[in-house]
Amino acid sequence: MSLARRIIPCLDTDGARVVKGVHFEGLRDAGDPVELAARYNAEGADELVMLDIAAARDNRPTFLDTIRRVAEQLAIPLTAGGGIRTLESARAVVRAGADKITVNTAAVERPELLSELSAEFGAQAVVLAIDAKRERETWQVRIRGGREATSLSAENWAQRGVELGAGEILLTSVDRDGTQSGFDLPLTAAISRMVSVPVIASGGAKLPAHFVEVFTRGAAEAALAASIFHDQTQSIRGLKEFLRAQGVAVRLPC
Amino acid sequence: MKATLIDYGAGNVPSVERALRRLGSEVETTNEAQRIAEADCLVLPGVGHCAALVCALDAFSLREPICWAIAKGVPFLGICLGLQALYEMSEEAPEMRSLGIFPGRVTRLPEEVKLPHMGWNTLRALRAGRLLESIPPDSYFYFAHSFAAPADGVESAAACEHGREFAAVVERENVYAVQFHPEKSGAVGAQVLRNYLRAAA
Repeated sequence: MSLARRIIPCLDTDGARVVKGVHFEGLRDAGDPVELAARYNAEGADELVMLDIAAARDNRPTFLDTIRRVAEQLAIPLTAGGGIRTLESARAVVRAGADKITVNTAAVERPELLSELSAEFGAQAVVLAIDAKRERETWQVRIRGGREATSLSAENWAQRGVELGAGEILLTSVDRDGTQSGFDLPLTAAISRMVSVPVIASGGAKLPAHFVEVFTRGAAEAALAASIFHDQTQSIRGLKEFLRAQGVAVRLPC
Repeated sequence: MKATLIDYGAGNVPSVERALRRLGSEVETTNEAQRIAEADCLVLPGVGHCAALVCALDAFSLREPICWAIAKGVPFLGICLGLQALYEMSEEAPEMRSLGIFPGRVTRLPEEVKLPHMGWNTLRALRAGRLLESIPPDSYFYFAHSFAAPADGVESAAACEHGREFAAVVERENVYAVQFHPEKSGAVGAQVLRNYLRAAA
């Protein structure tokens, strides 16, 4: 018996449609979230993450409706986030069908939000998303979709976030995101070895070998990717068969 | 037969309801003592903090009707916290008394492993039971918890391991419970729910 490493497709949405971009910019349409969710559920995805990347700007009811329609398709856990700033907005996302909520900028600006969410939904439902960018010997936390620098180091913020009540860290390398050059292994390993909760690595995935690396040298519990799954460069089943052949414990549903 | 889903405000009630409806079951969700006392088949889902569940059961006066239904033989399925609530107490809320259907206490998993125990894990069958019927032995189920019940009680039908062994499936007469989330465990999770509905019929 051993806990399987998880493969998590991510749907970045503008509320209604899935979009994709490089370095958090230059967005283009990448499909219908409900269709993609149904496909990933059938292909053996372990969870699904859905982000509203236009949350601050646009219409929230559309995103909640998309969560509802996506949740309808799933027999696996759904994490949703983007624009959750209050307990009330988190409740709306959970009521719409999300099993976990993810927060990023709002938690940096008001860290107690993590404690409030954890008290209400339990730590297992609170995912702290951290966008980290290399700054000499350390990693700096970025907010607002990676556009804005902060004075926090990713290491300190991850540890603090767990103390406040986060049950999982979704760690995105701003340097690697969209480059398809592989996960940031030193970043992932540094954070994963430091915190007591599972770490989901994100940013830079393309090849199956990248996933093997992030589960071994990167010490990640889960790995997230978007475009390689959306455009079918990589099938989830094929990826998992490769991982299993390399000795990584994964779940391969029949 | 109608499944009565005990809705004390837990986050996963809608997804459990969806999963049961997909199997063709009629479902009612309620927090009313009367309807629970009269139910033919009960499901207690749960997620989050143990204290929230136990407080809610007392706030809605559900402790008595649940125990009474169980005592008179009504099929009962506990999910995640709904399993933990069946023991005498939980270390997560040591000042509170749980339902006490099974002896023993729920304790925190060891610190040497990452907590919460989050993700897909396999089971070790301890004896034959109804819930895992026609499910391949190496199947993965979705877990999300930090506290767990002892695996060595006679009620345990299957164990899982994360830092230590713990009860993953318990069955005793009409009382069934799982530590994992069948509503989030893909096709094998649906099979567990189907097996419960069959056992309850």
